[in-house]
Amino acid sequence: MGVAVAARREYSAMIVQAILFYIFAVVAVASGVLVVSARNPVHSVLFLILAFFNAAAMFILIGAEFLAMILVIVYVGAVAVLFLFVVMMLDIDFLQLRSGFVRYLPIGAVIGLVLLAELVFVVAILGHAIVQQGPGAAVASATGGLPVTNTRALGGILYTRYLFGFQVAGLILLVAMIGAIVLTLRHRADVRRQSIAGQLARRRAETVEVVKVPLGAGSD
Amino acid sequence: MLIGLAHYLTVAAILFTLGIFGIFLNRKNVIIMLMSIELMLLAVSINFVAFSVFLNNLVGQAFAMFVLTVAAAEAAIGLAILVVYFRNRGTIRVEDINMMKG
Repeated sequence: MGVAVAARREYSAMIVQAILFYIFAVVAVASGVLVVSARNPVHSVLFLILAFFNAAAMFILIGAEFLAMILVIVYVGAVAVLFLFVVMMLDIDFLQLRSGFVRYLPIGAVIGLVLLAELVFVVAILGHAIVQQGPGAAVASATGGLPVTNTRALGGILYTRYLFGFQVAGLILLVAMIGAIVLTLRHRADVRRQSIAGQLARRRAETVEVVKVPLGAGSD
Repeated sequence: MLIGLAHYLTVAAILFTLGIFGIFLNRKNVIIMLMSIELMLLAVSINFVAFSVFLNNLVGQAFAMFVLTVAAAEAAIGLAILVVYFRNRGTIRVEDINMMKG
């Protein structure tokens, strides 16, 4: 009796998981289509955000909560807002940019379909070859004893075996930040700013001048 | 009915193809091209995470984080270059980006 109830509960949980996966997947793919085909780039950015949200939901569904949160924070909170900011800041005639849309459609569709067919073949072959162990067991082996969450397990691997990669990732972000600031910083000629280096580099010889003034002539 | 690795890989494959399709479709709009690249990187991340979970190996999720880092850096630098280019030329048409005549 109890076994049957447990089995039925497990089965219904599986059904719910499948339904949720299909919803998220369909919405993600549909918003991906709209990203590349929307008339207005602002709509494209908003659909990109929707695609990221659905991908994050799929990550949660599969058991990668930390990456899901990171995806929402980094992509939705930073990257997509950056896109939105740039799209709105630049005053561009976007309709003119769409002029070759129909001309490029056939070759894009052909190449896309060929690539998709290849990828689906690979998935169809590979997906059955790999042993289906099911999600959830990945975190159990990382640390012993303590209740292991996805975040803890990921930190355990990221700060030990992949510490170098982690530091390099931080360096990449630093370089990107400095690069973006250097690229977009603009020195206007009509704005007077304090130049501390110039002030500190002053010497007496180039700032003070001793002038011999003839009597009664004045100086200019 | 069980959702397996193949389902996630199929979704990732479709998203990746959409990214490439978007680059072909919006040949004149650099912003949409950058968004398509983000879509492709998202598909790669989904692949990494799906393999990580179904192979019981957390390395995939660590690398998905690195992919995320690189994607964020790439978007920041790309958009900065775009802003500077627009400031100098007043347009972002891809055909006009030939100042270096390479």
